[in-house]
Order: sequence, then C-alpha cells, then structure tokens
Amino acid sequence: MATKRKPRLAVWKFASCDGCQLSLLDCEEELLAVVEQVEIAYFLEASRAVVEGPYDLSLVEGSITTPTDIERIREIREASRFLVAIGACATAGGIQALRNFGDVREFAAAVYAHPEYIETLKRSAPIAEHVFVDFELRGCPINKHQLLEVIAAYLHGRKPNIPTYSVCIECKLRGTPCIMVAAGVTCLGPVTQAGCHALCPAYGRGCFGCYGPMETPNTASLMAWWCRQLGAAPETIVRALRTYNAGNEVFRKESEAYEYAHD
Amino acid sequence: MNTLTTKTVRVEALARVEGEGAFYVKVREGKVEDAQLRIYEPPRFFEAFLRGRSYAEAPDITARICGICPVAYQMSAVHAMEAIFGVRIEGPLRELRRLLYCGEWIESHVLHMFMLHAPDFLGYADAIQMAADHPNLVLQALRIKKAGNDIVALLGGREIHPINVRVGGFYRIPKRREWSRIVEELKWARDVMIDLVKWTGQLPFPEFTQQYEFVALRHPQEYPFNEGRLISNRGLDIPVSAFEEFMVEEHLPHSTSLHARIKDRGAYFVGPLARYNLNFDRLSPAAQEAARAAGLGPTCNNPFQSIIVRGVETLYAIDEALRILEDYPEPDAPSVPYEVRGGVGHGCTEAPRGILYHRYMLDDNGMIVSACITPPTAQNQATIEADLRAFVEPRAHLPLNELTWQCEQAIRNYDPCISCATHFLRLNIEGA
Repeated sequence: MATKRKPRLAVWKFASCDGCQLSLLDCEEELLAVVEQVEIAYFLEASRAVVEGPYDLSLVEGSITTPTDIERIREIREASRFLVAIGACATAGGIQALRNFGDVREFAAAVYAHPEYIETLKRSAPIAEHVFVDFELRGCPINKHQLLEVIAAYLHGRKPNIPTYSVCIECKLRGTPCIMVAAGVTCLGPVTQAGCHALCPAYGRGCFGCYGPMETPNTASLMAWWCRQLGAAPETIVRALRTYNAGNEVFRKESEAYEYAHD
Repeated sequence: MNTLTTKTVRVEALARVEGEGAFYVKVREGKVEDAQLRIYEPPRFFEAFLRGRSYAEAPDITARICGICPVAYQMSAVHAMEAIFGVRIEGPLRELRRLLYCGEWIESHVLHMFMLHAPDFLGYADAIQMAADHPNLVLQALRIKKAGNDIVALLGGREIHPINVRVGGFYRIPKRREWSRIVEELKWARDVMIDLVKWTGQLPFPEFTQQYEFVALRHPQEYPFNEGRLISNRGLDIPVSAFEEFMVEEHLPHSTSLHARIKDRGAYFVGPLARYNLNFDRLSPAAQEAARAAGLGPTCNNPFQSIIVRGVETLYAIDEALRILEDYPEPDAPSVPYEVRGGVGHGCTEAPRGILYHRYMLDDNGMIVSACITPPTAQNQATIEADLRAFVEPRAHLPLNELTWQCEQAIRNYDPCISCATHFLRLNIEGA
C-alpha cells in the first residue's frame, strides 16, 4: 500500500433517541483505545470536525421516516464500504414503527397543532428496507460490548461474532431460574435474541423483547402458552409484541394474529 | 476590510449536541434581524402511540424518547401514575430513586462538561483531540462518568434504557455488598471532582450576563430531583399539577416554531443554572464550597458558566449518592402495592437538562387515554434564541468562522437535547 491510513469510522443518525450512538461514548474504558485504531471521520454527537467520505465503516442509528431520510441513507451507503445498522430503530423501525399500525396523519394531528407542516412517511422503516446493510446489530439499546465486537470485526475483515440464540440460553448461563415457570410471569425470552445477558429475568421481570426475534423463533407456540398457561389476554399479547421491535416481521405477524381475536 | 452590511451565521448540523438541529442568525447593519434554533429531527409521535397502552408501560416506552436521560422519563412517568393511584413512595424506595437520579446526573453532566462543552473553551473540535493534549483530564472525566453509569447500571439494570423502574418502586433491590466497588469509585470521584470544579472556574468565559426567569423545582429540604413546587425568581410558585395553566406555547412573529413561555410573561430558563440559582442553599456544604472556590456566588447569570454549575451539581450528586449508600436501607419489598384506577396525573422531575413534565389521563383499567410530555430543551428554546440575538449583536464584527463557533458554544451552554425536544415541537421550520 502506498499510504497506510487509519480506517475511517462514521456514525449517522436518523429517527432515534441517540442512545445507541451514546453506547460508543459509554465505552469509557475502551473509548480512547478505539480512537487509536480508527479515525472518527463523522460523529456529530461527539465532534464538530467532519472528514469527507468515503468511510470504511458507517454505523447507522435510527429509522427512516421522512423523504429526506431516504435520499440521505442512499448517499451514506454510496460513501461507505461497510454499513452496519445499530439498534432496534435501524433494524426494525423502532418504537416509532407503531405508526405503521395506525394512521400517521391522525398521529400527527394528535401531537402537533399544525400537522400539515410535518413531513413524514407513513411508515417507520429499518435501514435495510432502503439500502443494502452489511450487518444488523440488534437491541434497544444495543450492548456496547457487542458494538466493540462489531467494530473490531470490521477492522480485521472478519464477520462479527454475535449470537442469534434466545435469551433463554443467557438465563441458563447466568443461572437464573426460569421466571415463566417459577413465577408465572409472561416472558418473551424464548423468542427473543440474546445480547442483554438476560437482564430482565435476573431483575425479576419478564423479557420484553428489546433485541427482537431470535433465529427461527416459535412465537405462535409461546403466545399460545401465554394464553393457556398464564391467562394472558389477546390485547396483552398484541401490546407485548408491539414495542421496540414492532416493525419486525415475526413480531408483527404474530401480533396481527391476536389483534382481532376474541376471548 | 469587509464592509458587508448583512451577515448570516449558519450551522446546518450542530455538533456535540444530542439529536439533530441547526441554527441561523441574520444580522443587518449590525442589528440581529432573526435568530432561530431549528429542529429538523423527524417527529416520532410518542403522545399518539401512548394512547391505548397500559400505565405500566409508560416508564419503559417514554424512556425511548431520550437515550441520554431515560431515568428522567421513567421518574416523571412513575410519579404521574402514582399521583393517579394515590400512592406515595417514602423511605428507602424514595432514597433509591434519588440514588438512580444521582447516577444519571453524574453521567450526563460529565459527558456534557468534558466531551461536549469543554472542547469549546479550549479550542478543540472534540474531546478526542483534547485528550491528545490533556490526557489526564479526559481520563479522569471518563472515569467519573463511568461511576455515574455504574450506579444506573446496577440499580437500573443497564446504563441506557434501564429496566428496573416500575410504578410503585423497583423490580429488584441490589444487595448492600453489590455496591462496595461503586462506593470506592465514588469516593475517588468526589476528590477529583472538587479539583475539576475549580478547573472549570478558570476557563475563559465571555462577558455575557443576562436577566432570565429561572424555573426549577424547590423542595423544603432537598436539592430537587423528583419532588417539589415549581418556582421562579420572579414569583412563580405553583404545584406541578398547575404546569399547563402557567406554561403556554406562543406563536411568535419572528419564527414559525412554537415556544414555551410563562403566560403573560415570556421565555424562561430551565436546567442546572436555574436549579442552582433557586436552590443554592440546598446544596451540600462541599458543593457550595466548590462553587465558591471556582468563583461563583449563590447566583449566576452567565450561561457560559453553566459548565461550572454542572460540575457543582455533579459533586452534589456524588455526595448525595454516597450519603444514600452509607445507610443503604434495604426496603422490605422492592415495590409497594397500589390499586389501579382512572384519573389524571402529573409528574415533573429534574432531568439533567431541567424540568421534564408528564401528564397522563388513564381509564379505569389503567389504559392511557391521553398523554402530554414537555421536555426541558423545548422549554429552553426561546431562551436559546434570545441568547443568540443578545450574543451576536456586539460580536457581529468578528470573522464568520469565529462567530459561528462562539454561537455553537452559546447553544451548547444549554446542553440541548434535540432528540427530546423534537416530539414536542409543533412544526418544522421555514426553509430548512
């Protein structure tokens, strides 16, 4: 190579809470080590210095909700060698994808005095709906250690090692007794992807699905169990599946199966 | 010599703030014609999709408005719900809620002071560049920030979008022994913070004192987190439930965005500077002493000095956390029982950036009928714009680059959280 420069890292934001990119700044102990390895070329939350593209690795937070967003994500894709979507907004549309089940004009009228000034799309969409995404890092919020793994993997030209099994495995690893069996608490752990180290069951509450569906989940079976064994009402199931990953197809379809159910 | 009669200071994408915003200031013949803080972050419609959700979901859902201050959203939400159910959280559980808030103040304030604001005073584009020349400063700051995050991570479950907060209390109370490492870190942080507050006192501050109406909570004994009356330095003294009677949104001719104002009075100022001016006597002795050592009296009207005040509040939060952890009374149960009923409830707590107001109406089954959320940055927007006008006029002769950076700094005085403000702003802004 003629010149050896540090790989350029860019962090982009669409509709979101800022929490996933904050995870990078929350890597207090590792932050300076990371910036030794990469050039932070675009990270507005942290710096007013802006380096022109192209970028070696783009981390994209947030969902696509406006016509301008669509143009911008295409430009970012063009300028990026690898593009990783981070967090539930970028991978599933986020909590704001609840609009997908309603009427966005009615939503705007409920919140804003002048809804006609609000420029917004009918749906909140994940990044992959508009451009090719090299990797999706799940979570609401993402796990900062997984984020470091993703950055390290792309710096070394390998695939990130991010497990896609369920939260149940993490409960077993952590030694947490099954909260659904032992305490009769509704828990989405059996169908939710790991990554949080089974946090909620360890704190005595059921998993509420921050990381979205695991690989090959049997959501229909779990929801049937919730109904029969735990007495969950259909509307409870609809709400449980419609939170931060409501826009994910697996959770969406299952929630629709219960939407018009009568008990 | 440049003799332009009009000059526009414009930044299309503000850096080192949370969320996406822009500003522009237009100067003609040395007079500021227009100053706008523009919010172009897309709306997410929280108040709309909260309808039909259970009261119990509000703390987790509203936390997603802001990844920087999720605890504030959770606290305002649970207090509003508890007001409806007629539950008061007392004793150890109340102390633990204060402890959680201490953690959020520490991590949020230190993030702002050293990662976002300090680089302006020292002329760096970011904290990473600053770290090259001041490694110890940045390493110390990161370690203090981590101590705050550790509190939130242990008591809340994780730093961002904690999972342990519920109406009535918590899901699980960490055992005393789980805190021992954090207590040691906080003791270290306390000593270092005293020096860092002094360090902020010697930063170069522009001459910029303004007359503001400061609004903050005031509690009979405590520096405010979760409870108190809303007071101001111009005579406001109301219960939280009267917020919407006194705070209104007005449409101003100079701008197409709506601004929060005190009825018949005008813009107001929330956040660390407001709390400090209205509650100096409630700070811990060490925090008061640190303020004096940094050259601050009991009041401060220069928003650039908010970096000192954030340091003083950080020191207070460390002191308060250590006080709570010293007794660490483990409650009998992680939460108190309550009966769900319908009604309207209000919650207002002191987010790191200022008062965060929630109002919910519930039906008899505890389902949300309507919700209203007013975050601090939306309340400060009119004041930020007023500052831009007042700041630019005497400095209009400065080279554009320099003036632009100073305007950015003037906005960052407020630690604006645009992710929060967005869902509240009623329109997008002209020609953005």
